[in-house]
Amino acid sequence: MLEIIDLHAKIADTETEIIRGLNLTVKAGEVAAIMGPNGSGKSTLSYILSGREDYEVTSGDIRYNGESILEMDAAERAAKGVFLAFQYPVEIPGVATMQFLKVAMNEQRKARGEAELSTPDFIRTVKEGAAKLKIDYEMLKRPLNVGFSGGEKKRAEILQMALLEPKLCVLDETDSGLDIDALKIVSDGVNALRSPDRAFIVITHYQRLLEHIVPDTVHVLYKGQIIRTGGKELALELEENGYADIIGEAAE
Amino acid sequence: MTLQANTRLTAAETALVEAYNTQISDLPGDADVLSARDRLLDDLKTGGLPTRRIESWHYTDLKTLVKTWPALEGADTTKVLPPMVAGSSVLAVLQGKADGARADGFTVSHYRDSLSDGSAAARLAAASDDDAIGRINGSFVRDGFVLEIPADAELEAPVEIQSIHAGGQAHTRFPVKIGAGAKVVVIERHIATSGDEAALVSSVSDITVGEGAEVTWVVVQQQGAADTFLGQVRVDLGADAKLKLFNVNAGGKLVRQELRIDANGEGSELTLRGVNLIGGEQHVDVTLVLGHNVPNTSSTDVFRNVVFDRGRGVFQGMIKVAIDAQKTDAKMSCNTLLLSDEADFSAKPELEIFADDVVCGHGATVADIDDNHLYYLKARGIPENIARAMLVNAFVAEVVEELEDEPLVEALEAIISAWLAKHA
Ligand SMILES: Nc1ncnc2c1ncn2[C@@H]1O[C@H](COP(=O)(O)OP(=O)(O)OP(=O)(O)O)[C@@H](O)[C@H]1O
Ligand SMILES: [Mg+2]
Repeated sequence: MLEIIDLHAKIADTETEIIRGLNLTVKAGEVAAIMGPNGSGKSTLSYILSGREDYEVTSGDIRYNGESILEMDAAERAAKGVFLAFQYPVEIPGVATMQFLKVAMNEQRKARGEAELSTPDFIRTVKEGAAKLKIDYEMLKRPLNVGFSGGEKKRAEILQMALLEPKLCVLDETDSGLDIDALKIVSDGVNALRSPDRAFIVITHYQRLLEHIVPDTVHVLYKGQIIRTGGKELALELEENGYADIIGEAAE
Repeated sequence: MTLQANTRLTAAETALVEAYNTQISDLPGDADVLSARDRLLDDLKTGGLPTRRIESWHYTDLKTLVKTWPALEGADTTKVLPPMVAGSSVLAVLQGKADGARADGFTVSHYRDSLSDGSAAARLAAASDDDAIGRINGSFVRDGFVLEIPADAELEAPVEIQSIHAGGQAHTRFPVKIGAGAKVVVIERHIATSGDEAALVSSVSDITVGEGAEVTWVVVQQQGAADTFLGQVRVDLGADAKLKLFNVNAGGKLVRQELRIDANGEGSELTLRGVNLIGGEQHVDVTLVLGHNVPNTSSTDVFRNVVFDRGRGVFQGMIKVAIDAQKTDAKMSCNTLLLSDEADFSAKPELEIFADDVVCGHGATVADIDDNHLYYLKARGIPENIARAMLVNAFVAEVVEELEDEPLVEALEAIISAWLAKHA
């Protein structure tokens, strides 16, 4: 489903290269975990996948279902099924959450040539989705993310994911800021979406999340490259020993 | 204004003087009103229209901006529109002439009658030396409504003053007395029904808010694309009165809206909000002069401006705190979204504080749409143009929502969305 081939990317308008020859393949139905020390480029990779314009791909390619997406803007990628749950969701004053959800759902449907949702259908879908994630429906009447607590923001991201039904879901530290119960609720929400035609990239620092969302593969990102790939036991190994050994091996 | 003989009148100024000379025979007014009009016109004739050399007109040089003085008559096609909020009492002025009026729970009369019987003469003088709008309006005003809201009246339905025109000239005045303890919502709507022919409209609202009254006053300006609008709202705010004053500019070619507000009663509260939608070749100037004249009064002023194309916006905000106006709490902010390289906005907030125990502040920002906001919306599949429109809407919706009056908020949002759909 996703092939990242020798990707190099820098911050636009500067020479600062953050992604330095990254290779990663994720198959449909797979859950791939990405771990790595702070500042290694995990969020940057997720932004580049989603089409953020602050970064410039200088070489390599990103193929999604066999097609390069480098020329597509963020909205086109989203309409094709790419979704990023942000590490730090943005507060947008003045845009009501419900209005935002409705426009997003309908624009994606339009881009795929599907009919728009009727208002009652829309409201029912949102109410059901919110209830599953234990999100207070009243909260969704407020401006988008404004004044939401850290955990509420993360849940709202997962709600958006559930409503938009993307095919490639990138979760950037969705576990940070969640209390123990919320971690369970959100993980159940993610697991409910697992299906043979949908892939997940789960970025996290902690094994704890991976106990709930069990990964098929684990990748270590360091200085803009994947330096190690393994199965779910790799996350346990990292939890025990930290990154030092792996970084040392990679340097040899 | 020093009144030097100005022998070189512009074409528009010459036409203005000629218009006065031909209209004077049928302008309503007794001898006192007529001599007041003559004095105002004389000042205009000697000083000319104000130029950038007069401080309060620095960004709006009326002498160069007003190119023509249209004929009096406009198209005879205006008719009363449905009110913005269903169920409102509508007071319509068609092409400068007050129509019949339905008044529920208050009294209303035609301003032309106050001109004819001379009772209007006393307040016809200019409000200050630089009051060009007062002079133009006072010289030419023909009609309007005189409203009196009785003390303690609680009007269920809004009062909508509807000034409708199509080309030509219209000069209207609305003296309004709101009795002590009264509660009322007034919508002052200026609207052109045909945008082709250039019109020149002046309007002065002269509002006295009685002790403890609670008033929402909304000015909505939707003139045609070629029109000149010279508006003025004067407010005398009584003790413990609460006024929410909203000003939405969504039309016109050359617009100057003056807000001259005096907090004259202790304990009064002013909530002033403005939305200025500017595009094309529009020039829109909002000038506020707010006097905190007695102790213990408060005000918050928030203006949100959106400028597209080659639009030009101006905000001048002067807050004056008198020497004994202790415990004044006054905050003013002016935020602008500039959406094209050729768009321009000048903000000039000023504080003139003579009391020492006050909390006063002001801030002005100019920005483009926040890239992070745009990216977030796009990352959810919302195409760039729609995402931009949402963010512009959000920027102004924030202040509109503060009205906390659902039908009114919806009506204003509809006007704003319609404007943005046309210009964005
Ligand atoms: N716009 C930018 N300007 C300057 N430096 C940047 C910018 N964006 C990212 N960086 C740098 O790129 C590096 C990678 O950042 P990134 O946010 O991708 O790390 P991360 O792996 O997600 O870290 P964390 O685990 O702390 O979330 C960091 O050193 C960061 O400071
Ligand atoms: Mg990160």
